[in-house]
Amino acid sequence: MNKPLRRVAVFCGLLVLALLLRVNYVQYVKADQLSNDPHNRRVAINQYKQPRGDIIVDGKAITGHTTTTGSDFKYKRTYTDGPMWAPVTGYASQAYSTTMLEGVEDKFLTGDDDRLFFNRTIDLLTGKEKQGGNVVTTLNAKAQAAAYHGLGKKKGAVVALDPRTGAILAMASTPSYDPGSFAGNSATDEKNWLALDKKNDPDDPTLNRALRQTYPPGSTFKLVTAAAALQSGKVTDIKQATNSPDPYTLPNTATKLVNEGSIPCRNASLENALKYSCNTVFGKLGADLGLDTMVKEAEQFGFNKQQFVPVRADASNFDTKMSPDQVALSSIGQFDTAATPLQMAMVASAIANNGTLMQPYEVDKLVAPNLSTISQTSPKVMSKPLSPDNAQKLQQMMETVVNSGTGTNARIPGVTVGGKTGTAQHGIGNKGLPYAWFVSYAKTDQGSPVAVAVVVEDASANRDDISGGGFAAPIAKSVMEAVLNK
Amino acid sequence: MSASNTTTITSIGAPNRRNTELALLLFAVAIPTYAFADAGLAKHGSVPAGLAEYGLGLGFLAGIAHLLVRKFAPYSDPLMLPIATLLNGLGLVLIWRLDQEPSITTPQLGGAMAPKQLIWSALGLALFAGVLVFLKDHRILQRYTYISMFLALLLLVSPIFFPARYGARIWITLPGIGSLQPGEFAKIIITVFFSGYLMVKRDALALASRRFMGLYLPRGRDLGPILVIWAMSMLILVFETDLGTSLLFFGLFVIMLYVATERTSWIVFGLVLSGAGAFVVGSTEPHVKVRVQDWLHPLALQNGGVTETAQSMYAFGSGGLFGSGLGQGYSRLIGGIAPKSDYILATVGEELGLAGLMAILLLYALLIERGIRTALAARDPFGKLLAIGLSGGFALQVFVVAGGVTGLIPLTGMTMPFLAQGGSSVIANWALVAILLRISDTARRPAPAPAPSPDAEATQVVRTQ
Repeated sequence: MNKPLRRVAVFCGLLVLALLLRVNYVQYVKADQLSNDPHNRRVAINQYKQPRGDIIVDGKAITGHTTTTGSDFKYKRTYTDGPMWAPVTGYASQAYSTTMLEGVEDKFLTGDDDRLFFNRTIDLLTGKEKQGGNVVTTLNAKAQAAAYHGLGKKKGAVVALDPRTGAILAMASTPSYDPGSFAGNSATDEKNWLALDKKNDPDDPTLNRALRQTYPPGSTFKLVTAAAALQSGKVTDIKQATNSPDPYTLPNTATKLVNEGSIPCRNASLENALKYSCNTVFGKLGADLGLDTMVKEAEQFGFNKQQFVPVRADASNFDTKMSPDQVALSSIGQFDTAATPLQMAMVASAIANNGTLMQPYEVDKLVAPNLSTISQTSPKVMSKPLSPDNAQKLQQMMETVVNSGTGTNARIPGVTVGGKTGTAQHGIGNKGLPYAWFVSYAKTDQGSPVAVAVVVEDASANRDDISGGGFAAPIAKSVMEAVLNK
Repeated sequence: MSASNTTTITSIGAPNRRNTELALLLFAVAIPTYAFADAGLAKHGSVPAGLAEYGLGLGFLAGIAHLLVRKFAPYSDPLMLPIATLLNGLGLVLIWRLDQEPSITTPQLGGAMAPKQLIWSALGLALFAGVLVFLKDHRILQRYTYISMFLALLLLVSPIFFPARYGARIWITLPGIGSLQPGEFAKIIITVFFSGYLMVKRDALALASRRFMGLYLPRGRDLGPILVIWAMSMLILVFETDLGTSLLFFGLFVIMLYVATERTSWIVFGLVLSGAGAFVVGSTEPHVKVRVQDWLHPLALQNGGVTETAQSMYAFGSGGLFGSGLGQGYSRLIGGIAPKSDYILATVGEELGLAGLMAILLLYALLIERGIRTALAARDPFGKLLAIGLSGGFALQVFVVAGGVTGLIPLTGMTMPFLAQGGSSVIANWALVAILLRISDTARRPAPAPAPSPDAEATQVVRTQ
């Protein structure tokens, strides 16, 4: 009987071998995948096992933490002025994951980032708990407050940049939400979370309109068209009359493009066309410049590409395949042209910074728990959509708009301000309430410290009342003042 | 050297390895005691209150067992008792550690399990002692071949009269005592029956056969009774929806038939039958169908929630190479009492890591190896069959449970011997180890000294230098 016994022994050996191979596969080969699986609750437990690092504005933390009991999670995130800062911080919720800076810098805030390895090792040796690092932002608390309170109950967004560096100074989006209201995982948190869901709140408060919503830019896009005209050499003297009919018949169609109201647009100079916001002049300019020139200039300003600040911003759109009449419409910010508030702030900032577009960013530096700086963001040139000469010409035109054109509401005594209004129609047959835009910059002796883009989509206002100059310009003004008075 | 020594086996001085066993037992008691202290420190920051009692208690029980082995089975295998003690001790620590998780130790779930398990373990050791003391020779069991058959069938049938729990009908509930899993005992008793029956019939089964399609098929009259038993147990088990025990019994049956007859055709026959059986059960029984789906897609969400299967995979994966340390894992996320019973290995994997899990599996492998070695060394066919049946069944159980929990095969409702919470399992497995020790004692016992030969004495040559 011993021969079959030996074979049974081999068989049992194979069974054990199969088990050993399997456990090696599960606990070694698949270990990383399983331990980091988003459904593995240990991921969230570890995330909230120690206090998260803070997000810092102007040297003060806008986040905090509190301990919780009765759940797997030890610490809960708290927020100071949550709704105001929500587009910057996003949320870190025990039950609903993380977004925005809380999401992008999650590993650093929890202390799991590889760059904190040295700190962790020291903590391990000294028996201290793991600590999270801090994220120091570029934001300006006063500017942010001006933007958020300026928007008030209206729906819209504001982005302010420092044109010299690309640093984001303000980023507001309304209606907003309090990320602290669902930071835990209790029934209340769940109720608050569900109430914010788009299905239950058509205003979609958790949408970051500053980065993740594109709007038709309307007349503010004429800045890009003007830049293209100057850069291509099509226009060299901004005071020289252009050859522009009014109304302008779109190429190869019978459609007539008209202007809003009775404004002097026939053969208007580029400066006057921008001052009065002439559709006819810029529509014809766009069509004459042609698709390729317009696409090239728009993309120099950042269109058609996602931006990472380091939070992702949606790509703004300028179609790359169009017929000449569509190019004409796109050149006045209609047709398929769409831009995020961040994108239009980038346009204004490139002009204000004498033609050099700086890469926008909102994280100044990452600081380890022991306060040593782990990484510092240095300003980077993104592109040069305008030559300094042409940028100054465009600045002159934008300043005319504020001094004597449609943007007089943004005037600040003693400060040079340039701007451009926009009123973008949308909806089927343009029946929707239009969006009010205003983009501007302020200039001092040390160059331009601030460029702002404001968009207001106010469903509660009269159609006629919505205009860039009326609604959006005062908000831009108070944001610029907040930065200047700092 | 004296020329009179014509025998190669002497009755005195043969190594019986009892001191080896004692030394190993010291480790088998020290390791769980240390683990207990470690788990307590991790959970509460202090050495657990019952540490001394636990260490001394485990040492006391192991000591009694050792003394009984010294007295009643002095030549038995020295490794089995320490391995079983170590596994049982570690099981108690793991259950105690999981008892410290309030979410899975609610009164509805039966409260703390470790104290009860300790009592069950003591009872198991009492049965171990009883077997060693009263079963003087394993061949006595041969007398009860047919009684064993009826007893095994009775035990297998009994749960049908009790309500199903967790989708399987494998428990009987005795008021005041708790619930028992009779299948655990039936496993041993049916092995006794198979051994007795096959020992008598093996020549007939092996030789009087017909050749059919290249395979030797035994005559119907030889095969009949055993096929009937098999079919009945299969039917009962399918009816009770306990796939694991069903697989175990069938595998046991095929292994023992193969060893008894030395005919490879049995393995082919067995694989065909089990394949067909698994297919039919797997495609008809909804409970089993769910298990197969869980196995194919372990991480799939169910109604938006994470399944037990996924939770156990996460526990294994999060353990990594060296584990989180006892008391520092989250295997409680599996929920219910499953982490203490079916999924106890998930806690091992997460908290002791790949290294600890492999060590535990190798302990089982070593125990199985000692059992098979006993079968090889046994001198009588009944002892050989009984030993291979018990250790082969043990191996299958370990494979089915560990394979099921780690996702190698679909999960079935069985418990890890010695490690998992469950009274029937720990008692039955102590009895199993006792029977194996009894067989190995007989197998390793030196042959009795030959009667002194006066002739040899007379012709003795004495060297005087």
